[in-house]
Formats: sequence, structure tokens, C-alpha cells
Amino acid sequence: MLKIDGVTRRFGSVTALDDVSLQIEQGEFFALLGPSGCGKTTLLRIIAGFETPDEGRVSLDGEDLLSKAPNRRPISLMFQSYALFPHMTVAKNVAYGLERERLPRQEIKQRVGEVLETVGLSAHAGRRPAQLSGGQRQRVALARSIVKRPRLLLLDEPLSALDKKVRADMQLELKRLQHEVGITFVVVTHDQEEAMSLADRIAVFDSGRVRQVDRPVALYERPRTPFVAGFVGANNLFRGTASGLDALKSEEFGMLPGTPLAELAADAPALLAVRPEKVELADESAVRGMAGTVVDVSFYGGVSHVSVEVPGHPGPILVAVQGAGSVRTGAKVKVRWNAEDAVIMADDQ
Amino acid sequence: MRRSKLLYVPFWATYVFLYLPIVVLVVMSFNSGDSAYTYEGFSLKWYGELAGDERIRTGLVNTLIVAAGSTAIATVLGTLLAVGLSRYTRSKTLDAIALMPAVLPDLVLAIGLLVFYNAIQLTLGLYSVTLAHALFSMAFVAAVVRTRLSGSDTSLEEASRDLGAGPVTTFLRITLPQLVPGIVAGALLAFTLSLDEFVIAFFTIGNAEPTLPIVIYSMVRFGVTPKINALAAILLLVSFTAVIAGQRMTRIGESRAQD
Repeated sequence: MLKIDGVTRRFGSVTALDDVSLQIEQGEFFALLGPSGCGKTTLLRIIAGFETPDEGRVSLDGEDLLSKAPNRRPISLMFQSYALFPHMTVAKNVAYGLERERLPRQEIKQRVGEVLETVGLSAHAGRRPAQLSGGQRQRVALARSIVKRPRLLLLDEPLSALDKKVRADMQLELKRLQHEVGITFVVVTHDQEEAMSLADRIAVFDSGRVRQVDRPVALYERPRTPFVAGFVGANNLFRGTASGLDALKSEEFGMLPGTPLAELAADAPALLAVRPEKVELADESAVRGMAGTVVDVSFYGGVSHVSVEVPGHPGPILVAVQGAGSVRTGAKVKVRWNAEDAVIMADDQ
Repeated sequence: MRRSKLLYVPFWATYVFLYLPIVVLVVMSFNSGDSAYTYEGFSLKWYGELAGDERIRTGLVNTLIVAAGSTAIATVLGTLLAVGLSRYTRSKTLDAIALMPAVLPDLVLAIGLLVFYNAIQLTLGLYSVTLAHALFSMAFVAAVVRTRLSGSDTSLEEASRDLGAGPVTTFLRITLPQLVPGIVAGALLAFTLSLDEFVIAFFTIGNAEPTLPIVIYSMVRFGVTPKINALAAILLLVSFTAVIAGQRMTRIGESRAQD
């Protein structure tokens, strides 16, 4: 549906987007994820029409977008600041886009009423944005964007201005709405948990480049680049070289079990990543595993995080165990994992 | 913390220094005697005489025409100038040039305009004064509106474009309403500036019926009478009202923007 082809954007000597290509499907909930300054917002602004790329093409259903002014694109952008018009009531804010289409007054009134109903703000139609809470403002912004029935809705950090509890509610709300109205959503976020829980597919950005595009589970279990392995979720990383087998050759620890995601030439620099919940804590006397000392046990309710210091590894190895955990700080343990639970990727850094 | 009472002395002394002459002027305007310097008793007779003076009445009407005309021109052009400067260019030089007439010495502007009007062979009159006043007032309006613009959020304008509005609709429906308090404050400022402007008006009015400040000047040349005091007191009242109204408008606008 939305096709981004080789888009590059430079600001002076800084390259905000470097040859980015993406394809987003009809009805999809797509997330652009990355740390701040990685170019994801620039891409959003290019799609909306507030920035022009130096190179590349953007098309919607085969129709070129870049030659159209922002007000002529069948796309809505929900701003991070919401950008509600302070001198208009909620109902006027929502009606603004429809009035621009010169629809009959009766139809405008009806559609505004319907959309306010959907976001649960019918009682607040006559209020000004200043009289609303953060969560309510966000709903108004959302209503104002979807009432135009755009083919594509862009959301710039939609939940970042809300406090934690409201954020969880709005997350569910967003998913419900997307399902209900059937519009393609593209959301920009720096919060990987948010991206994981909302999106059908995620594109991970780093310094203006797309590092991986995948479904959340695949992104989590099969990161293909060192950046993705480090950025998405907690990970234990080991550097070494490829061995040609299901293992990483490490200088300090010998052979570490893991599954290479792609054919790697023997002795090429490689990185092994294993999730904390895939690491097993074993007794000191166990035959297999790396010996270390427990330096910290943090209890999170359902799980506990055990930090194990292993000589030769920079920083402790994180192990997630169910419940309160039976080990104590200072205990001598061994950590180990199975080859199918760890991934090995080329280390191009 | 206890503040020394002594420190209040220079503070109040400054105020006395600033406003004593004005207080004297207002008091003397109610003088029943003929002298502008010795108070003899309360009377409103100078105000009455003022109303009966043909020259002053014409001067006042001319001044109001010039002030209203130049304020109208300066408000429209100054607002557009401010929007243009803040939204369509990043040039600091253009910025400085646009605001220059506000700080340029009146005399320079007056001589320049006189030479220019002569060069294009314009007959001088009230309209040439109006244009001249519009010129420097525009810079003041632009400066006031500009401060409001720099505090406002460009994402509102982008949101308007995104919702299908063209640039003109966006300007009229979104940008302009945000600027109203600034525009009103700028207009009131322009009006008060034009009201008592002497130098530029004197140079550019030619042989036409003079504006009020010029009338007053020619009266003072034959000595100050309490009549002039009364006139000055009225002007004072008008200027104060306009300035206070202007300040309140900006404050209302600011508190609304902060909501």
C-alpha cells in the first residue's frame, strides 16, 4: 500500500535518512522504532508532506505522494504535541477537517457526533482543549485525525505525553480503534515495549538506516543485527568469531552454543545473543556452563532478575527466573543455555 | 528579611522625578487664573475654551485622521511582515532591516521622507503624513506581533494543513486568531505613537492644515497658557488609556496561551 523507495534526507552534514526502503500493507499496524535522532520522525514528516527527501520515492497505492501538498494527501498525522487548536471547542477541532472538504453541515455534525462517541468524549464536545486532561486531549487529536477517514494514519509518539496508567489504557484503545476503523496505522516510537505490544510489524531504525523489519516475536527471538539485539529487550551479548558449527568461538569462554541465523564464514567476527529468560542457573558443581558469582537479585513480582558476574565478561550476565528465586547474593553458580535458544549473527561493528 | 526603609527613598524619588511635572501640568490645567505657572483656584474654564478653539478642533480632527489611517495601514502590513519574517525566512538581516524604522531617529526618517516625496513629486498633505506614520508604526506592530509568533507553535499550522486546509485558510483560521492579542496591542501602540508625533508630521505635512502637535507647537511659541495644559492633560488621558488597554490585551492573550 505505502511504498517507500530509497529515501534519503540530509540536514547539512547530518544524514537523517540513508536510503530507506519500506513497504507497508493495507490495514497493518506498523511501528517505526528507534532511539531519538534515528530519523524515524523525519520519515513520518516526509510521508505527511512537511519534509521533502533529497532522493527516493514515496507512493500510496501506486500513486506518487511527493508531488502533492500536505493538504492534498489522503493521510492524517497525529502530532506528538496533539496540536489541538486552542481557540476552538472539541467539536470544532474535530469538524475542522470535514469543513475543509466542504461537506454538508448535517453530515459534518453527524460524523463529528459519531467519532466523539467512539472515543468516549460526547460529553465534552463543547469544551476547549485547555479544559481537558492529557488523555482526553489525546482522544480529541485521535478523533480529529480519524474523522476524515484517511487511508493512512501517522502517529508521532502518540503515548509519550501520558502518565503510565493512562498510557496502558490508551494502548488498548488504539488497538481497538485501529481494528474498528480498519485504517492503516504507522506509529513512531522510541519505546520498544510500546512498539512490541501495538504493532503487527516493526521497523527498527538506527542512525538513519533500517536495521530490521519483522513481526514483534521474530524481532525479539531472532534479531539479525547487533543493534537490534541490543536495542529490543534485554539481551546478553558475547563477542567472538564464527566457528562453522552451532557455536561461537570466544577467546575467554571457548565454544558457546548458539544458532547462526545466516551462513557465516568461519573466523568471521560474530556476536551471540541470549535472552535472560533462556539462560539457566545451574549448581556450581554442574559439568557444563560458565562459573560465576551472583552479585544481585531483583524481585519483580512474577519474575526475578539475577545478575551473575562471570570473570572475563564485561558487565554481569542477566538471568530471569520465575518467582522469587532461590539464589542469594554471593552464591557461586554456573550459567548455561541451549544452542537453539541463542542466536549468532555477523558482528559488523 | 527586613528591608531598610532607606532604600525606598531613591525608589520613590525616581517616581517623583518622573511624574511630578505631569502632575503639575494636570493640576495647572484646572487653574482658574490666567497664568500657567501660579495656581489660583479650581475651574474648568480652560477646557471650555479649548472646545471653542477652531484651530485646535481642526488639529484634533486631522490628528485623528492621520492616527486612524496610519494605524490601519501599519497593523495590516506589520502583521503580514511579522508572519513573513517568522515563517518564510531565517535571515537575521531581513529581520533587522524590517524593525529598523522603530529605532531610526525621527529626524532622519523625516528628512528622508521629505526628500523622497519631493523626488516623486508628491503634493504634501495629510495623506503623506499618514503614509509616513504608517512606515514607522509598521515596525512597532511587526515587533509586537513577532514576539507572539515566536512563542506560538508551528505544529498548529501543520495540523491545519494536514487536515486539508490550504495556506490561506490556515492563515485566516489558525494563525490569525492566535495573533489577535498581539495585533491589538500593536495597533494601540501605533495609534498612540502617531497621536503625538511631531517631527515627521512637521516635515511631511506641507501647507495643509496642521495636526494637533503642530498646532500646540505654534501656540507655545507665544507662551504657555493653561489652555495648553488642559490640552496636554486630555492627550495624556487618551495615551494612558490606549497603553493600559494594550497591556491588558497582551496579558489576556498570554494567560490564554498558557492554559
